[in-house]
Amino acid sequence: MRIPKEFNIIGQCRKYNVPLWQCPPFLFLVMGFFICLTSIFLYLLGSQYIEDPREVALIVLTVSAILLVISTLITNTFEKLLQTNKLKSEFIDIVSHHLRAPISNLEWTLDFLLSRNGDKLEKDLFDYLKILKENSGRIRDLLNDLLIISKIEGEKMDLKKERFSLEALIKETIKNIEEKYKSFNIRVRLNIYNNVPEILGDRYYLKEVFSNLLQNAFCYSKENSEIKITLKKEKKFIYCEIEDKGIGIPKEDQPFIFQKFFRASNVLKYKPSGTGLGLYIAKLIVERLKGKIGFFSQEGVGSTFWFKIPIQ
Amino acid sequence: MKKILIIEDEISLQKTLKDALEREGYLVICASDGEEGIKLAKNEMPDLILLDLILPKKDGLEVLEELRKDSRTQDISVIVLTNFESIASVEKAIELGVVNYLVKAQYTLDEVIQKIKSEIEKLK
Repeated sequence: MRIPKEFNIIGQCRKYNVPLWQCPPFLFLVMGFFICLTSIFLYLLGSQYIEDPREVALIVLTVSAILLVISTLITNTFEKLLQTNKLKSEFIDIVSHHLRAPISNLEWTLDFLLSRNGDKLEKDLFDYLKILKENSGRIRDLLNDLLIISKIEGEKMDLKKERFSLEALIKETIKNIEEKYKSFNIRVRLNIYNNVPEILGDRYYLKEVFSNLLQNAFCYSKENSEIKITLKKEKKFIYCEIEDKGIGIPKEDQPFIFQKFFRASNVLKYKPSGTGLGLYIAKLIVERLKGKIGFFSQEGVGSTFWFKIPIQ
Repeated sequence: MKKILIIEDEISLQKTLKDALEREGYLVICASDGEEGIKLAKNEMPDLILLDLILPKKDGLEVLEELRKDSRTQDISVIVLTNFESIASVEKAIELGVVNYLVKAQYTLDEVIQKIKSEIEKLK
């Protein structure tokens, strides 16, 4: 026998992806049960103190009606909220799949044109293709940032648990970023202390944290300066520190540095295209991984950002 | 010459990948949907398959299941190349023995080609 959709409470709850006690159809059922109990109780109470049974019936009916209206209103509002939330998640999914796909097609096509045809291409054309590539890269980065934020804020972050070497990940990321900022003439020195063990966590998100911090260090460093990275084991944590000799963060901006879309007042001329999302994302991820993140900085001297995350 | 089968419904991506891999000296064949992919895999016996997960007619995981059922195709190395990154699909694909799972938006073309090359190296 087919159950009508409205009566299939478990099915409806599954659709919203929330626990039972937050699921509107289930709550409505509980409220209904509660209203029945209240009516019986009121009837018993009323019939003791009020003589006219019609008056008792009237009171019981009125109270039940009021309760019914209130519970309908509450569960309906709740349901609307859940629907909006569901729409938001669906929107994110659509963005992630339908906007990301054409962007990677575009980028890969440009990669292909630029990679080995470089010498054969006319100089002008090569430069134009590079402009296209740079801009599609910016769209992709922003899209990835927004996706990560909505995933984490919407509690939809799928954290993988895999064992991997943070040291190897950091070395790989340094190589990639050094390549990207080759023209800046900045040296990176990596110091590793006391046998850093492998950690159990999510590679992709940790790479995001480290590469956000390192890219900042590169963008805001003075030319020909050095970035010092320290990696060490600290009790049950792995501690990583990135120290740059850069422009630093003005004192009055420091309290807001991890806020979404915030950009310090002195960075605009160094990296005008920044979105103010990098540090916000780094903090979100580190906190979700049960770690800590922080910094010390002096304007004109440099900044040191550090994070530590549990090994297990 | 090693033979690579690309099962990918995005024609532009298919072409880019094909050209880039041909430049590396591989023989490349392409399918634009799951059914065609299975047919080509069985007839052409490629050394490596690049598989998208969201495909018309039969999706990537169905293709993978079907390839694993057939004794001739069950040992072909498969790299999943997709923008679909839910944990469940990653786990399912790994369970079905894919050698790598790459999310397109996280890699440049060059990185993907390098990964494909290193998988093919392993086959020798």
